[in-house]
Amino acid sequence: MTDLFSKFDPLIQQREGLLATGVRDPFSLVMEEVKSPTVAVCNGRETILLGTYNYMGMTFDPDVIAAGKKAFDEFGAGTTGSRVLNGTFRDHRDVEEALKEFYAMDHAMVFSTGYQANLGIISTIAGKGDYIILDIDSHASIYDGCKMGDAEVVAFRHNDVEALEKRLKRLPPEAGKLVVLEGVYSMLGDVAPLKEMVRIAKEAGAMVLVDEAHSMGFIGEHGRGVAEEQGVIDDVDFIIGTFSKSVGTVGGFCVSNHPKFEVMRLVCRPYVFTAALPPSVMASSATSIRKLMHGSNKRAHLWENSKTLHKGLRDLGFQLGTETPQSAIIAVIMPDLERGAMMWEALLDNGLYVNLARPPATPAGMTLLRCSLCAEHTAEQVQDILKRFAAAGRATGILS
Amino acid sequence: MTDRQTTFDKVAELIEPFNKKGVALSDATTFQHDLEWDSLTVMDFVAAVEDEFDIIITMNMQAEIENVGQLIDAVIKLGS
Repeated sequence: MTDLFSKFDPLIQQREGLLATGVRDPFSLVMEEVKSPTVAVCNGRETILLGTYNYMGMTFDPDVIAAGKKAFDEFGAGTTGSRVLNGTFRDHRDVEEALKEFYAMDHAMVFSTGYQANLGIISTIAGKGDYIILDIDSHASIYDGCKMGDAEVVAFRHNDVEALEKRLKRLPPEAGKLVVLEGVYSMLGDVAPLKEMVRIAKEAGAMVLVDEAHSMGFIGEHGRGVAEEQGVIDDVDFIIGTFSKSVGTVGGFCVSNHPKFEVMRLVCRPYVFTAALPPSVMASSATSIRKLMHGSNKRAHLWENSKTLHKGLRDLGFQLGTETPQSAIIAVIMPDLERGAMMWEALLDNGLYVNLARPPATPAGMTLLRCSLCAEHTAEQVQDILKRFAAAGRATGILS
Repeated sequence: MTDRQTTFDKVAELIEPFNKKGVALSDATTFQHDLEWDSLTVMDFVAAVEDEFDIIITMNMQAEIENVGQLIDAVIKLGS
């Protein structure tokens, strides 16, 4: 008998090798208590959270929690059904209304997660004979959406406008084309040149989908994302987003002005063949989205945090993923996985949680300590974070 | 010189900067095992081939191409 698990042996060995050096497993952390959007207890120790994507700190917003509790009491614990059968409650419709208000768009469709939103929309709209043109550093959910569909997939170099243009020109002019971009790329926290890319895609007759998972609520005048910030949101056909970042709950969505968009509810399998989210989650999400529409002060503070941390880390001597702070993500580049894991553990021992990211999730085989800031981080916490980075960097020898 | 040989020579030229170990090239040379390329190298190389021949090699096609000979055949087919 061939053991079907033998293909995972290299990964099992790499993991065992890493743990044999004595570092704690970076992928099995437990938060024993969560005290606020920025503080939790891990391994019995109070820890500043700097790796949660909780950009706007909505997880503990009193209105968000109250709305969820009320819906929990009135509508019960779960939906036990698909959106198209018995799983659409009042608050599922309401959260879709909230999204249409937030983006000023005609249609909104809520999925159970952001992953499923990408999986569903991409695999359904690009079919046999169509082309998907995507950035090589696209998120796994985008690649999985491509794999699930029957379209031809063409990749271009990360954020390279000319590479996109060349490839679009080589495709058959009459073929259906979907260009898939992200506003903020989550590994390095860099922003896409959407202004140029969306224009080029439109000139080539392509439809454009932009995943704004890491920019919603924070980037753009109304927090609609990078496409809004760069003035091209009206030319974007589909925006994909998530509730598990700035909104502070869980769920995914697609908003669009396409006149036939509602047919997606009948043909999109990751929407049809899964259970709808619980009503409490929907009520919390709707409240959070409407509050984010008025979040400009929080957005301003988050930018301050991002700039302070970026400058502080660079001044300490760390190598960062971007030259300038472009989003609420700041990636610290580690020399290799082993030292990355050491540094990650040293930070945790100093009461600071960040994400350890490694290939294949990262570009160019990099090991990263990825920091995501929150609008609820105080200026003092950011200074504290920098002190802990300095201490851990010296303890591990990454800083000299 | 045949057209196929011309294409082979051109592709060999494009492989050269990525051929760190100086592996001798034939139709049977595989990208993953003989040249030991990772996914990033593959991407850079594919982009170079696409630009040189003004073609598109989709990721669907790339999954079927394991060795130099298969690539030459694909390039000739796509360019015709």
